[in-house]
Amino acid sequence: MYKKLYINGYCHIKNNSISLNGNKITSEDKELSFSKFAKLIYQHKELAYPKFFKMDNLCKLAFLATEILLENHSIDTNLKKDMAIVLSNRAASLDTDRKHQTSISDKDSYYPSPAVFVYTLPNIAIGEISIRHQIKGENVFFVSNTFNDTLIHQYATSLLRNGKSSNILCGWVDFDHENYNAFMYLLSENGPIEYSSEFIKKTYLEN
Amino acid sequence: MEALKKELKENIIEQLNLEDFNVDDIADDDALFGDGLGLDSIDALELIVMLDKDYGIKLTDPAEGKTVFVSIEVLAAYITKHRSK
Repeated sequence: MYKKLYINGYCHIKNNSISLNGNKITSEDKELSFSKFAKLIYQHKELAYPKFFKMDNLCKLAFLATEILLENHSIDTNLKKDMAIVLSNRAASLDTDRKHQTSISDKDSYYPSPAVFVYTLPNIAIGEISIRHQIKGENVFFVSNTFNDTLIHQYATSLLRNGKSSNILCGWVDFDHENYNAFMYLLSENGPIEYSSEFIKKTYLEN
Repeated sequence: MEALKKELKENIIEQLNLEDFNVDDIADDDALFGDGLGLDSIDALELIVMLDKDYGIKLTDPAEGKTVFVSIEVLAAYITKHRSK
């Protein structure tokens, strides 16, 4: 008999507002830039992780959503060894790619920044999360025009049924200019909400 | 030299995104790597770019960085001796 998937928790970050499991937990002035909003959340949560300030905005967004999700749904250290991360977005790392392009567009002032360049791939966000939480399982980052729950569901189901992972951090984390949207959820073999595509789609669209 | 040290501290804080530090937190002889400011290998590359961009100094030998990026004191002395802008 196939194992069922359950949703252990979900987190939205959008328009300088954060909700956890459908309940709004923080909301700041919508006029604030994302980096200022992210810094406020970092300080409020007393994260004490200086590397946060070196991350690009996509990584900060994924990092904060994961922090909020995992602080409320902690995963045993042993289970993190095979925990998987399946993320997706539309803009890949385009926001940072543009910054890198700007730094190399003038032949007479050609100073590419190594600290910017290392973030010119979207899956670096998975790396930052993995380092922070010592997550060592499978990971993949899909790029598509819209949130494709079916694809993520198929991938997560395959990981679970093939015994690759028992906890899977999934979602959509997109950042382009100042437009951003994170919807991350934690799938497990046990949990309060039985997984359904309808629930995920409805929840994603609600925020 | 004092003005250069202050400028270096400001540039390092800004360019390496050391949000938890201000100029007064960095002593002239604090180690930049290891237990001091805790900079990493990407920061070292950023410092090499900063030397080229701001002071016209090209570090071509990576091993040279180990002797240059010891502290603000050492870095300022090196820049004063080798700068072309």
